[in-house]
Amino acid sequence: MFGKLTWQAIPFDQPIPLCAGGLVIVIILAVLAYIALKGWLPYLWREWITSVDHKRIGIMYTLLAMVMLLRGFVDALMMRSQQALAFRSDGYLPPEHYDQIFSAHGTLMIFFVAMPFVIGLMNFVMPLQLGIRDVAFPTLNSVSFWLTATGALLINVSLVVGEFARTGWLPFPPLSEIRYSPGVGVDYYLWSLQISGVGTLLTGVNFVTTILKLHAPGMTYMRMPMFCWTSLASSLLIVAAFPVLTATLAMLLLDRYLGFHFFTNEAGGNIMMFMNLIWVWGHPEVYILILPAFGIYSEVVSTFSSKPLFGYRSMVMATLVICILAFSVWLHHFFTMGAGADVNAIFGIASMVIAVPTGVKVFNWLFTMYGGRVVFSTPMMFSLGFMVTFVIGGMTGVLLAVPPADFVLHNSVFLVAHFHNVIIGGVLFGAFAGYYYWFPKAFGFRLHENLGKAAFWCWIIGFYVAFMPLYVLGLMGMTRRMQHYDVAEWHPWLLIAGLGALIILTGIVLQVVQLIVSIRHRAELRDLTGDPWNGSTLEWATTSPPPAFNFAVLPRIRPNDMFREVKEHARQQASLVDPAAYTDIEMPRNSATGFVCAFFATFMGFALIWHIWWLAIAGAVGAYITFVVFAWRDRTEEVIPAIEVARISRGAAA
Amino acid sequence: MSDAHTGHEDAAPGYVRPEGEAPEAALSTYLIGLGLATLLTVVSFFIARTTLVWQPSIPVALAVLAVAQMGIHLVFFLHITTGPDNANNVLALAFGVLIVLLVIIGSMWIIGHLNHNMMPMDRIMRMQG
Amino acid sequence: MSGAEATAGGVHAAHPAAGHVRDALVSKRIVVGYGFWIFLLSDIVMFSAFFASYQVLVNETAGGPSGRDLFDISNTAIETACLLLSSFTCGIASIGAQAHRGTWFYGAMTVTFLLGLAFIGLEAHEFAGLVAQGAGPTRSAFLSAFFTLVGCHGLHVSGGLLWLLTMMAQVFFKGYRPDILRRMLCFSLFWHALDIIWVGLFSIVYLMGVAS
Repeated sequence: MFGKLTWQAIPFDQPIPLCAGGLVIVIILAVLAYIALKGWLPYLWREWITSVDHKRIGIMYTLLAMVMLLRGFVDALMMRSQQALAFRSDGYLPPEHYDQIFSAHGTLMIFFVAMPFVIGLMNFVMPLQLGIRDVAFPTLNSVSFWLTATGALLINVSLVVGEFARTGWLPFPPLSEIRYSPGVGVDYYLWSLQISGVGTLLTGVNFVTTILKLHAPGMTYMRMPMFCWTSLASSLLIVAAFPVLTATLAMLLLDRYLGFHFFTNEAGGNIMMFMNLIWVWGHPEVYILILPAFGIYSEVVSTFSSKPLFGYRSMVMATLVICILAFSVWLHHFFTMGAGADVNAIFGIASMVIAVPTGVKVFNWLFTMYGGRVVFSTPMMFSLGFMVTFVIGGMTGVLLAVPPADFVLHNSVFLVAHFHNVIIGGVLFGAFAGYYYWFPKAFGFRLHENLGKAAFWCWIIGFYVAFMPLYVLGLMGMTRRMQHYDVAEWHPWLLIAGLGALIILTGIVLQVVQLIVSIRHRAELRDLTGDPWNGSTLEWATTSPPPAFNFAVLPRIRPNDMFREVKEHARQQASLVDPAAYTDIEMPRNSATGFVCAFFATFMGFALIWHIWWLAIAGAVGAYITFVVFAWRDRTEEVIPAIEVARISRGAAA
Repeated sequence: MSDAHTGHEDAAPGYVRPEGEAPEAALSTYLIGLGLATLLTVVSFFIARTTLVWQPSIPVALAVLAVAQMGIHLVFFLHITTGPDNANNVLALAFGVLIVLLVIIGSMWIIGHLNHNMMPMDRIMRMQG
Repeated sequence: MSGAEATAGGVHAAHPAAGHVRDALVSKRIVVGYGFWIFLLSDIVMFSAFFASYQVLVNETAGGPSGRDLFDISNTAIETACLLLSSFTCGIASIGAQAHRGTWFYGAMTVTFLLGLAFIGLEAHEFAGLVAQGAGPTRSAFLSAFFTLVGCHGLHVSGGLLWLLTMMAQVFFKGYRPDILRRMLCFSLFWHALDIIWVGLFSIVYLMGVAS
């Protein structure tokens, strides 16, 4: 009746996950109770849960990312403390537990922090920058978000019901096959990613269509903001890479559930094929993450240098080159698997070549700043921090791209330091820069500046203190994912790394405090102009926050508009519009499709993990029926009458 | 957004502009496509079993015929053309084809090398025995 | 938290006022068609991953039967004929839908459905036969890859048949509404793409499998 699910699934005998899980459940129930008692549920349902507005969905994605960042960071603290303590000792985390923690850390950070963060920012900003009202498929957007949330939920449920994978964030066979991982951990991982993978793929389709087919009149491709170009490249990569992930995880699922032999040791399975295919996805994935961050830096650096972005055309070319080359380097993740010198050489050279367009971008940012009036706001600080940090990380990447060097350093903590270097220094700093930059646009008030700067310093100092020792340790021969060790020379470095994690913790605490303080003081921090930074792109021509329809009159871009004229012209158009010129605006109707579909998907995923077949079928049928109900509706749009549009626009302008 | 044409924008893939034509006229494209596809299919099946063709060329011939038939489908059934209104559709298709080729040929090349270098001991023994 | 805005509230029009949204730029048909085209390309990339696995594993028969031992080419030929013809009749159906001609639409859709059903029936029969003779997907890596690749296509066709019936129901109950015609466009793109994938499948899996 309940498949493999029994009361034993709850870790009554393991205090740490039990207390952690219990605490989280208490917090969630408390928050839900608070919301219910305050009477906010109808508002939340109407305005957020069933919203198909890209701005709302973007905010929800970002919120999900930030909450998951906390969970992933707790995992990081546990790993760092374990490694700091476990010199000639077992530490406090037994191996079965430690393995789940580093697996969850990686999985959460990549799939449920980095991805939602960049997708959230793209969702919020890109339609505004293009001068349009919403993405191409708004309800699909909502479905994507809620399916991603389902994936995050399933991973978190594994903390309390059952276990998580012990394979690392990529489940390499044969360890991940049913014979060596008979528990539900790998299944939690697989179903969570399959479900959220659908969401992400649909986002990619949505964004590609939006950017290529919807734009304000006069906004030709070469007049698009850089952030839109990088969003396009990232979305193209999503469309091209995520299907490979779906297929590869499906093959592993077939092996585990139905006894197929794709990656088994016997009957002709080829284990190496898994690594090959998963990295065909995995390498473009990191470009999916970094390209939007590059776009954010282009926007931030230009705005806070009061200069147009230097070398726009070369930036566009560099972005597209990165997009194509992203698919030509994946073997550098398994140089040591044995493909031989010929194959390794080709991919090694390709991996070095792909650093060139990135270098072009870095130079363009530097030239943008040169001769400009640089303002050291928090977003700009993160951008400057990025430039130094990412270049270092990139250089270690080029070092790793040399196959002989990689033979020494593969799977050492040098590698761990490298990818944290580029992901934290590149993706996370970019996401933070974007968060600080666009927060006033989203919520109508700025974030407290000094707390932001303090958080930045903690993050950057903490990052270097935590990860530079790992480079040294990698060169000294320390392997990644070690639960304990007995090499005395490593111990002091791991203690320093642990200290670095605590400095980062301070940074995170400061960010949380900053949010609370800013909300408390939002009256003083209010953004009244809609353009607190004197930006140059179209989102700054709207109010903060923008109305549901973004622009009362879609902006028209003239061919000779330079730098800030695009924004200023759009502003003029909006304010000079005579009252009779307002027209009705059709907006897509809210829909519960996304939420309901994800609801069924959650049950389907949970049921598949625990082999509760009747529930799995019920969930699948429910999800299908939801779609049919959605397809059957007659009214797909709401009309906002011209009078209402005028009232909102006038009210905002007043 | 409505479905009204402004006349100068891209074509949707798969869409045949009515231009006031009767449905019977649009039929001809599909008939030609069906005819050509059938021809290519028959040739493929024939080539696979015949001894009239130089044997080692058969896989290449089958691949070429398959690609040709895919092209027939794209042009006659999906109406993907090289006109300027189809540029985005063709670019997207080209991108997709590039990825497909990289994945399939790349994997075959890599795994071929890996299998050769990393052959399991029992298979080496079987090969020698 | 949010500023002044007008969402649903109490403002409903009796029906959406089309035509006086003067800043309409691109027709919905193009947007939907292109979006679905991109989605199809992603689906084809997914098939290519299964294809790649098949090509890598095609000789891993673990001492068991290979394609040459198992494939019945005349069955494949009939399946191919069914699917190709169904692609043609699907084209007729889309012409019929565009022209709002009921006989063309319902007739062609029914024939498409029957041909697709025949395809699935033949394929299911083939699979059952293979399993019965001990050549199921758990026998060897080659067979795992074969069943997955061909089976994934079959699942797509089955999903397509379900979609086909839904389209007929929608047209029957709601007429040739613009949004339904857009979905019909997506359906026909899907159905033709499945036939394109089948061309690859029968050529590389079946025909190359038996070619000496």
